[in-house]
Amino acid sequence: MSLSAHIIVPERGVEVDLELADQQTLALIGPNGSGKSTVLQVIAGLLRPDAGRVTLDGRTLFDAQESEYLPAHRRGVAMLAQEALLFPRMSALENVAFAERARGVRRATARDRAMGWLRDLEAADLATSRPHQLSGGQAQRVAVARALAAEPALLLLDEPMAALDAPVAAAIRQTLKHVLAERSAILVTHDILDAALLADCIAVMDRGRIVEIGPTEQILHRPRTLFAAQLCGLNLIDGLALRQDAITTAEGHTVVGVAQAPLTPGNPTVATFAPATVSVHRRAPEGSVRNVVSGRIEAIAPQAHLVRIHVGPLAADVTPGALRALQLDVGDPVFVAFKAAEVALYPT
Amino acid sequence: MTPGPPLPRWVYAPALLGAAFILAPLGAMITRVDWNDFLALITSDSSIAALLLSLRTSTVATILCLLAGIPLALVLSRGRGRAMNLGRSMVLLPLVLPPVVAGIALLYTFGRRGLLGASFEAFGIQIAFSTTAVVLAQTFVAMPFLVISLEGALRTVGTRYENVAATLGAGPTTVLRRVTLPSVAPALASGAVLAFARALGEFGATITFAGSLQGVTRTLPLEIYLQRETDPDAAVALSLLLVVVAVAVIGLARRHPGTL
Repeated sequence: MSLSAHIIVPERGVEVDLELADQQTLALIGPNGSGKSTVLQVIAGLLRPDAGRVTLDGRTLFDAQESEYLPAHRRGVAMLAQEALLFPRMSALENVAFAERARGVRRATARDRAMGWLRDLEAADLATSRPHQLSGGQAQRVAVARALAAEPALLLLDEPMAALDAPVAAAIRQTLKHVLAERSAILVTHDILDAALLADCIAVMDRGRIVEIGPTEQILHRPRTLFAAQLCGLNLIDGLALRQDAITTAEGHTVVGVAQAPLTPGNPTVATFAPATVSVHRRAPEGSVRNVVSGRIEAIAPQAHLVRIHVGPLAADVTPGALRALQLDVGDPVFVAFKAAEVALYPT
Repeated sequence: MTPGPPLPRWVYAPALLGAAFILAPLGAMITRVDWNDFLALITSDSSIAALLLSLRTSTVATILCLLAGIPLALVLSRGRGRAMNLGRSMVLLPLVLPPVVAGIALLYTFGRRGLLGASFEAFGIQIAFSTTAVVLAQTFVAMPFLVISLEGALRTVGTRYENVAATLGAGPTTVLRRVTLPSVAPALASGAVLAFARALGEFGATITFAGSLQGVTRTLPLEIYLQRETDPDAAVALSLLLVVVAVAVIGLARRHPGTL
């Protein structure tokens, strides 16, 4: 394990256990205020908690019990934030050369290597620019070069694309994909897309706790908690396995689907399915549809080019035309239906 | 275009009065300047001696303010808790204290029989009524200007850049030298200019603690005060000189917005 962290910050309600293998990228995902940034600050050495222990490549960064605390500048942990935070009185090149200069490397050597990093990140033409002359995307590119030039054992990224326009964010995301391939990194984000494209594994945080952690594919396709499912844009119903093709919920409903792994009747099992496969009806539908749930519409909101209708914990994506044709409004009683073939069942 | 809704019209009358109150005395003084002898008046032996002494002592006082004031502002800007709040109030003390009281306080600290003065005396060093005393008096009254200006700037800048520098492997001294101080350079410059101006104008503490010996402790404000009795024209000419310096100082400090 490259990183092993047990972090407790009671005043922010954070208690987290994390392990990260060498050269892996972990996405820490969750809503605002869930404690993601606190975790990064503790690992970086910018926040000193009263309890916990963090080790990186066998070195103890922090151990409350042994009263060990390595200051930030001795940790070999570089951080990239939402804002580039380039030192305003230095050129882009001087910014990138900063880490080596601080380490005592000669000016000319540090500058040569800094130029190399800028070239790697396709930002060589920005070398002589001052930070105030750079656009958000350009500045973030230089900030990435600056962080890499420190040759950190671990790279921490705190929502590095959040402040950028979509096309610029996409370009930086591509750059990071390349950068993170052979590095140990933790990426904090509230965007599932970042996690899907950049991370080897995902940890879902809510209210200071990790509610779910696993390989990226598993979290994206087989989330085990409602919270993770919602982040991944999936509906999730939990219950107990009834047969090999059905579960029963706490309310006594039966949901029929396709088992992704052998189910043991009576064991906790979840059903997931995409909102786009859910249809909404005024009257109970008949035919091949195997799952029908009744309820009232709680909210209607735009979702890309579709409309998302929330009925209880379930979401259905319909076209604006369908919404109009059915004359649906908040508070209306409806039936939501989803085909068994679209529902994945798996044990938790 | 002016921002915001219009001010009530009656506000302009007292505003004008306030402005006049500041400018009228300066104008009145300028009308009394004896332009024919102006150069001779400000280049008399005693004037030159006072001017040079003022410039010398104010420069040294400003350097002392920087040496002690920068670390003080750094500590205060980072500190939290009651002790720090108390410290912040204490730093303001010389600003609100009547200078003559400051002089007395300094006298009982560094004077012949003062708290520390007695020890200095044992080594044959006498501080009170020397040029050193002038510098100490000026440093005492000028330091708050530097500390307040710098501490405010440090708080505004925050610690975000310092955090980045630390995670890039820079130790505390490197962070201070390459990130913190450059980021507050404008405030540092204007704070130093203000401290210099305050030192240059120091009167009460100086005359109490350092006395008025020509060439040793008689700075320009003291010279003006003495000349007023014997040679009013010289006093006015020298006053004008200080006004010019003051205007120049404001100009310098104003070039860096956010401090004045």
